[in-house]
Amino acid sequence: MSEDRQEPILEMKNVEKHFGGVRAIDEFDLKVMPRSIYGLIGPNGAGKTTIFNTITGIYTADNGQIFFQGKDITRIRPHEAAELGIARTFQNIRLFGNLSVKMNVIIACNMHAKYGIVDALLRLPRYRQVSKETEERAMQFLEIVGLTDKADDLASSLPYGHQRKLEIARAMATEPKLLLLDEPAAGMNADESLELVEFVKRLHDTYPITILMIEHHMDVVTNLCGQCTVLDFGKTLAQGTVEEVKHNDAVIAAYLGGEL
Amino acid sequence: MWNSFYDGVVVIVCVNLIAVLGMSVLTGFTRLFSFGNAGFMSIGAYTAAICSVQFHLPFVCSITVGAAVAGVMAFLLGSLTIRLRGDYFLISCLGFGECVRVLFNYTRNLTGGANGYSGIPYRTTGIVALMCAIFAFVIAWNFIHSRYGQAFSAIRENEVAAAANGINVVRYKKLSFVFSAIYAGWAGGLYAHYLQYITPGLFNIGKSSELVITTVLGGLGSLTGSVLGTLIVQLLPEIFRSLSEYRMLFYGIAVVLVILLRPAGLLGYKEFSLTGIIRRITAKRKVQNSEGGSKS
Repeated sequence: MSEDRQEPILEMKNVEKHFGGVRAIDEFDLKVMPRSIYGLIGPNGAGKTTIFNTITGIYTADNGQIFFQGKDITRIRPHEAAELGIARTFQNIRLFGNLSVKMNVIIACNMHAKYGIVDALLRLPRYRQVSKETEERAMQFLEIVGLTDKADDLASSLPYGHQRKLEIARAMATEPKLLLLDEPAAGMNADESLELVEFVKRLHDTYPITILMIEHHMDVVTNLCGQCTVLDFGKTLAQGTVEEVKHNDAVIAAYLGGEL
Repeated sequence: MWNSFYDGVVVIVCVNLIAVLGMSVLTGFTRLFSFGNAGFMSIGAYTAAICSVQFHLPFVCSITVGAAVAGVMAFLLGSLTIRLRGDYFLISCLGFGECVRVLFNYTRNLTGGANGYSGIPYRTTGIVALMCAIFAFVIAWNFIHSRYGQAFSAIRENEVAAAANGINVVRYKKLSFVFSAIYAGWAGGLYAHYLQYITPGLFNIGKSSELVITTVLGGLGSLTGSVLGTLIVQLLPEIFRSLSEYRMLFYGIAVVLVILLRPAGLLGYKEFSLTGIIRRITAKRKVQNSEGGSKS
């Protein structure tokens, strides 16, 4: 365990991603330590989501390297990232809308469901056993986010806040080591984001996960994140503890401005 | 009372049902449209026929080989085309179906060309077809409710999110494609052993679109919807025999009406179940009772 603490769980070295002439991220470096909560801050279009997409294999970096637990994952494919233990939520919620709330989580749990196609086609005992267990596990994850009573509703019928929670439950159901949260407090008022802070803290205490989050709400970041990185136009403006970053001149000039 | 006419109707409905169930898994659950599944039916039909006639294989073996060859062809085609996006995939399937038809027209030594292939033993009786259809439905039902089918639904709903939850999108799409081709090949083999004489023209683009239309009409994402769709599409022309010339006209009107009035099809994303209906009725009663109770 002590050895784990010295090695970063996620490391990005000199990562670049261009779209045509636009440098979405430029010479980006990042070190996230195990069990920490790390924040990515920056105005719209700063390249934060692009960083998430390169980590999870939706985009491939044009340059540089990404390591997860010491393993090079620069050219990983999205489903392989999930299998390695990287789960994420999406800024614009991407649920399986026409499926039930429970089914959304079951599908994520299925990553660990061990039965073959023959078991499934013929409904052999192994299939019944595993799918029963999977369903129970899915209900446990729904309990964490407090959506058990909505288990049979369609995911698309949930109110916005619940949809965000369901996305987190779904991501947790893949049993990740690293959880990427893309603006979890987007569209929430002060009370709701306070509730979210408590929820993420509880999640982090209960499960052995590391969290990397993109967030605009400074109060959320201040409450949760030990370390953070501030981005602007794909460039790193500052890196350090939240307090350090808040008092960084470049950051104040570029982004935080009069807000603090 | 039970004459060969009714027997024939049962065979036609059941054979088409098997092909439509495969289509339903592919289109209704995975949201991949293929206008080439008649091509797989054709491959299944000719393979099974040749196995029976040339190699004197037992009926069950011929059908199995026919379905397997269709599956292998789908795997090969899918390896090339499955990464194509929606419309392009559809067009590649359409091209494949037509290629198969034209190819079988030219391979005169093997398939008899445009003159057709005859002398196939009559094996697909009504009862055989019915048993096959029930078996096909049970297998498809199990498949859809397993993690494989759940992964298909996830891909249909959101590919990016599916991949982020550990689903290998390309692999599962290919699996769905192969499954639908095996069902089409199975249906084709049965059909050949009912007709005793097949021509490449039987499995033309009209047949492919009929399969898609049936699936859409019955309802996307619903296997019982596919059964309903097959019954409607296959039985109505039999009932209104005198109007059968206008068959395609009615298909067209039906599809336009369904798309306008019920875009997800007659039973879209819902399975027909008696228990479900009973539960809904009792639930309504309970609500009414409790409302009545709270008022008093």
